[in-house]
Amino acid sequence: MAKQKSKEIFSMGVWLDNPILRQLIGICSALAVTNLMVNSLVMGVGLTFVTAFSSLTISAIRHYTPKHIRMMVQVLIIASYVIMVDIFLKAYMPEMSKALGPYIGLIITNCIIMGRAEAYAQKNPPLPSFLDGVANGIGYTGVLLFIAFFRELLGFGSLFGIQILGDWWTAWTIMIMPPSAFFLLAIAIWIAHNLREKHQSEGAKS
Amino acid sequence: MIELNPFVIFIAAIFTNNMILSNFLGMCSFVAVSKEINTSLGLGQAVTFVLAGTSIINYLVYHYLLVPYNLEFLRFIIFIISIAAFVQLIEMVLERYIPNLYYALGIFLPLITVNCAILGVSLFMVIRDYTFLQSFGFAVGSGLGWTLAIVALAGIRQKLKRASVPKGLEGPGITLIVTGLMALAFIGFSGIVQIS
Repeated sequence: MAKQKSKEIFSMGVWLDNPILRQLIGICSALAVTNLMVNSLVMGVGLTFVTAFSSLTISAIRHYTPKHIRMMVQVLIIASYVIMVDIFLKAYMPEMSKALGPYIGLIITNCIIMGRAEAYAQKNPPLPSFLDGVANGIGYTGVLLFIAFFRELLGFGSLFGIQILGDWWTAWTIMIMPPSAFFLLAIAIWIAHNLREKHQSEGAKS
Repeated sequence: MIELNPFVIFIAAIFTNNMILSNFLGMCSFVAVSKEINTSLGLGQAVTFVLAGTSIINYLVYHYLLVPYNLEFLRFIIFIISIAAFVQLIEMVLERYIPNLYYALGIFLPLITVNCAILGVSLFMVIRDYTFLQSFGFAVGSGLGWTLAIVALAGIRQKLKRASVPKGLEGPGITLIVTGLMALAFIGFSGIVQIS
């Protein structure tokens, strides 16, 4: 039973209710860091960590938090975890910390975390909330990596910094620039929508 | 690093380093609220106003409170608190003294606390080491640039209502494509000034 439930949480967070593709929240950073695969991965892991642990914490203290100041409490909890991520990156990956710039700090205002805290962690016990945070973080990371895959491959001819395409490849400068992120996200949403439609109509038939 | 004129930063923040179109900040409300020109304009004004205010507060707090005590790592928490407090304060002041403006901006003010553009500007200000005037120019410029982008998008979306859009792209999808086209157009400005 418990296993079934955690499976359900995962399929909801990662695909069915994917925060970016389905609910269109938390896209600021999704667009900004996706010019390189590595950046996207670090950002995704950072966000997954923050979402999971802040959901856990918020859920653990949900009975003791007065209703009307809960937003403030949530923001403070989220901010504390973001500071941890920031300090960790500064200490162990200074280059990465520079490249991501303000976007690590902006995890605080990433609507995914607040959204999960309000929609899930506030009403559920700590462990499922933690899983829910992980699932949503993975869903987010997946979309980021999908967009980054195309941007880095077409823009630099490489993946994770390793040159894939040879000299014959003329890099598409546009892919490194902001507009391509908008187009690719739109395409990702389009594909996801169509896949879901197909899935649903097949499910209805059988 | 060359000392940049605050006015140059101001212009750059509106056109070449537009908050939405080149830094992707404030996307959530950008997509959600850009259905009507009037509401977008209201939100844009509120964002500009709050940006101008919080940039001053955060600059002072960061340079006179956090730096002297080596507490820079606390800046995320401090910034978000000062933004929330400022928004709350503005709400009360407006309600008391300028009720008209309060009702015009009313619903948008609480939304602004979680708008990434506000926190983003404060963080950029710290990362890029701006002076006081530079920060202020940057904040006001960013606010105006944000307003410009959201109002333009709202205008386009009002026209789009009559267009037939592929089903999967309706709503957010087409909005992102339009934004992408706008971002392309704004690249045209990039020759004017360069700040980063």
